[in-house]
Amino acid sequence: MKLVVCIKQVPKVTELPWDEKTGTLRRDLASGMMNPACKHALEAALQIKENHNASITVITMGPPAAEEMLREALAMGADEAILICDWLLAGSDTFATSLVLKEAIKKQCPKFDLILCGAYTADSETAQVGPQLAEELDLPAAAYVEKMEITGKTLRVRRLVDNFRETLEMEFPALVTVSMENYKPRYTSLAGLENAFDQKDVSVLDAKSLGLSSSSIEQKGSRTRVRKVFLRKAQKGNVVLQGAASNVVHEFLDRYQRKIGTVIGKSIEEKKQHDDK
Amino acid sequence: MTTNRRKSIWVFGDYRNYYQNRVTLQLIARAVALAKTINAEVCALIFGHEIDEWIMEYTAHGADRILAIDDPALKSYSTEKYLAIIERLARERDPEIILIGATDFGREFAPRLAKRLKTGLSADCVGLDITEDGLLLQIAPSFGGNMLAEIVTEFHRPQMATVRPGTFKEIPHDYERTAIVERLPLMKGLPKPRVRLIEYERSVEKEHTIENASVIVCGGRGMGNKEKFKKLQELARLLGGDVGATRPVVYAGWAEHNVLVGQAGKHIKPKILFSFGISGAIQHTAGLGEADFIVAINKNPQATMLKMADVAIVGDASDVVNNLIKELKKRIRE
Ligand SMILES: Cc1cc2nc3c(=O)[nH]c(=O)nc-3n(C[C@H](O)[C@H](O)[C@H](O)COP(=O)(O)OP(=O)(O)OC[C@H]3O[C@@H](n4cnc5c(N)ncnc54)[C@H](O)[C@@H]3O)c2cc1C
Ligand SMILES: Nc1ncnc2c1ncn2[C@@H]1O[C@H](COP(=O)(O)O)[C@@H](O)[C@H]1O
Repeated sequence: MKLVVCIKQVPKVTELPWDEKTGTLRRDLASGMMNPACKHALEAALQIKENHNASITVITMGPPAAEEMLREALAMGADEAILICDWLLAGSDTFATSLVLKEAIKKQCPKFDLILCGAYTADSETAQVGPQLAEELDLPAAAYVEKMEITGKTLRVRRLVDNFRETLEMEFPALVTVSMENYKPRYTSLAGLENAFDQKDVSVLDAKSLGLSSSSIEQKGSRTRVRKVFLRKAQKGNVVLQGAASNVVHEFLDRYQRKIGTVIGKSIEEKKQHDDK
Repeated sequence: MTTNRRKSIWVFGDYRNYYQNRVTLQLIARAVALAKTINAEVCALIFGHEIDEWIMEYTAHGADRILAIDDPALKSYSTEKYLAIIERLARERDPEIILIGATDFGREFAPRLAKRLKTGLSADCVGLDITEDGLLLQIAPSFGGNMLAEIVTEFHRPQMATVRPGTFKEIPHDYERTAIVERLPLMKGLPKPRVRLIEYERSVEKEHTIENASVIVCGGRGMGNKEKFKKLQELARLLGGDVGATRPVVYAGWAEHNVLVGQAGKHIKPKILFSFGISGAIQHTAGLGEADFIVAINKNPQATMLKMADVAIVGDASDVVNNLIKELKKRIRE
């Protein structure tokens, strides 16, 4: 069986600077890690491989630094790694990203049985790339998958969506996006990691090798445009209290205990100390 | 077919969790406001079986037109069936805008629909507006703390967005309202779905919901550690409320994921919100749309959360929690 896992490198820090001019993230400034949901997807693929004699190709579209994450995936047990790297593709929205991933999959592993994506990425959290890739490749698909069973050519998945537990079935080839409920990623040893750096190769593709020229990217690429990014203004003119915590709390309650009492349906009052012990 | 058909804003009718989640009504309300600016009508889509209840609800809450397909084959939600139906309808009728609630279903369905219609989609908008040149302005939180991004889909139609439940306020119902209700037959020749629904049931695990609490005590990274964070529980209990948390807190395991407040979590609307040691990043505050009265405690006087508060307490979060507990125990009369 042939499995493809789409993985993405995301910044380790959550607060990243913006390029005010282009409205995109300064990804160059972040050291990256494998997006957690993608890592769960890879783990799911590894478990399938253990039981079903499968091979795993991991693919990412990203900057040159994403190679490190691909090496980590190889160390975890992936067989082959592909990096799609081209400045022409920088700033792609999900529409464009899924198109590029499709071209790479068609070129490098057209005979796949199952594509696994993370349910969402920590940095953009759109959860759009997986479902859009399924459209590009015209595949049956399910998002937020927690469990998979394979019998012959049939994939059975379980998932929880909007409070409904669902069991779905579909035939290969298919696509799933994997949630973080199950499939806890395995630990990779340092030795394994070093091995992956020495032994296996990462294939690098650019836009041209995928048959995408700058004009076709313009035509077929991103549909949305970020007009600007801005800081949100604070909303309220407020009362500021400052000082020792006990004083502040007294002052706060003296002023607002009525209001709080009404909301919680209890009376709150400063108790007069009658006993002078 | 009329040639000069009025522009239309479509709202996908996501009704299966209607009693917990009124995102469709909220989107209809926002669509009504947007429609005024671009002189459009608001059209709600309802696919299912025995759907008269929803036709009535969406009409009463502001839709001008309802496109309804009532058929036993649509008894349960199906991404593929709905995709095929809306794709056809959209090609026939050319909606200007399609809005979809960011439920799990909506978030799986919307990106595929956008791809089929070869148009753009922005996820999890916290605001929607119309630009000077009549485009849908999609305001979405951007990675990087307090930033918001203004996104437009300039050259493709429809313009599409998903919106988190709780972002907009619904219009109060008015059962006197009328709408044009078009009941359409299920189209012929739709492709057979390739995903088979074997089993489904409403989850029995009781969802812990903080959405309806009237007091919420929210804690962030500034609470310092798990032990100190636990104190919030005691304060919440005294106030008959619930505890909420920010993402770092959930990641650190101080609180469960089901109390996460914000873009990726719950949208809350408490009468009183306490916010302890929270910076006020947009992804968090996106979930506070309807908090009436905010009391924020932060040691940094410049924190955004303090600026958003009705009462801003500059100080150590844990100290304030402990003193509040002590003082409330003295003052509350049962
Ligand atoms: C796609 C995406 C989705 C996200 N979704 C969510 C979401 O749904 N919900 C969410 O919450 N976050 C979300 N985030 C994360 C969000 O951007 C912020 O990182 C997060 O809200 C910050 O949490 P915090 O305020 O607890 O921590 P911090 O930003 O670290 O702030 C801690 C605050 O505590 C104060 N403090 C420190 N010590 C003390 C003390 N002793 N006493 C008083 N104050 C103190 C500090 O001054 C600071 O203001 C998301 C991020 C992304 C990228
Ligand atoms: N640049 C990328 N390269 C490879 N896979 C990606 C990329 N972006 C998104 N994905 C896949 O799509 C999933 C959802 O991403 P997102 O739509 O950004 O939330 C991720 O978990 C990945 O599996």
